[in-house]
Amino acid sequence: MLATNPFAELAKSIPSIAIQLFIITMILLVFIGTLLDILHKKNVKYFFQNAKKAKKQAKKILASGEKTSIIFKTIGSDILTTAELGAGKRRVAHLLGMYGTIIFWVSSAVMIFGYSSSNTITPSYLPFLWHFGALMTCLGGYWFWFFLRVDVAAEAHPWYRLIQADLFVLSLVITSTLGLIWSFLQSSNIAGWDILFLALFGLSNLVLFGGVYWSKFAHMFYKPGAAIQKNLAKADGSRDNLPTPSNKPKQFGLGIKREAPKHY
Amino acid sequence: MSTFVYMTRCDGCGHCVDICPSDIMHIDKVTRRAVNIEPNMCWECYSCVKACPNDAIDARGYADFAPMGHSVRVLRDEEKGTISWKIKFRNGNEKNFESPITTKPWGKYIPKLADGEMPTKEDIESQNLYSEPLGLNIDTGLPNMEKMKFKIGVYY
Repeated sequence: MLATNPFAELAKSIPSIAIQLFIITMILLVFIGTLLDILHKKNVKYFFQNAKKAKKQAKKILASGEKTSIIFKTIGSDILTTAELGAGKRRVAHLLGMYGTIIFWVSSAVMIFGYSSSNTITPSYLPFLWHFGALMTCLGGYWFWFFLRVDVAAEAHPWYRLIQADLFVLSLVITSTLGLIWSFLQSSNIAGWDILFLALFGLSNLVLFGGVYWSKFAHMFYKPGAAIQKNLAKADGSRDNLPTPSNKPKQFGLGIKREAPKHY
Repeated sequence: MSTFVYMTRCDGCGHCVDICPSDIMHIDKVTRRAVNIEPNMCWECYSCVKACPNDAIDARGYADFAPMGHSVRVLRDEEKGTISWKIKFRNGNEKNFESPITTKPWGKYIPKLADGEMPTKEDIESQNLYSEPLGLNIDTGLPNMEKMKFKIGVYY
């Protein structure tokens, strides 16, 4: 199972061009969904307005070198390792889900576009990466879903309470789960069931990529920009309008020095 | 001045939900970000402001104190025991204040609940809060008003 390209097996019964067209449709759905989201929420407009305001309040003008270094630092910490989430379980779960999904999607695309015809041999690492990515997504996603989700952890709602904000995470983990089950059934030659789970896998993909407008899918495009803006505002002194930190001595007793509460 | 959340700064960690003594900080069903669902029930304790790791919670100033279009941002520094306010008026004028959070030394006068006696069943079922009536320094106990007397007059 781990060494078999499920899409090459599928191409024996469905033309590979149909699978490729499905992927292109999914990419188009994400593009259209994100565009509609931007037009409806006007979040990009707000973001640039806010950036302009922050620039006016800046205490110092950042040189291009400084800006570049901040952007690279942000990419390294806030974007690639989601430092915003602190050093807690939430960050580990997010990283598992994030990198699992990237590996799953990239290996899917490579196997579908490069190795789904009958005359090509898939390198064994690609199916392994596909399964590994799906497993990582499931691990991070279900951990988040059952234990770390703020609705469960802070609001004390039961894990089975569904709200609109769950559309993204739930469709993501269900897609990965169904993909794994389909691959297992296909490699075990369980006729009938593999077709059912293939259909469910396709349907869950449609919900995940077609539901961008209603779900939190597009956060992965907005978050990096917001993180860069936040760090630039910190460096240029505008500090998102926050008061300047106190320069008073510790006149009110010993003081409490504890780390910022970032352990969720 | 009740608090509100900038949803773009919030990352939905839930610290404010946990700490709010009035239980009015909740998680939005669509965006999974914190939201003050009942600002008029806010105690203005600023626990959420202090707890927020992303400085995503602001205070909404009263109209008589700052006209509309202003922003009030708060920063609490636990170590120095100070609270800083930055009020920005709609014409761009700024006012900055800094005051002590408390004049009592940190860590003192905090009830050591774990060291205290276990409450009895009667204590738990009683209307009195922790340390009442002793903590109120009322030798005669809590005031008691008869029900009938309570109905006289107009209450707002």
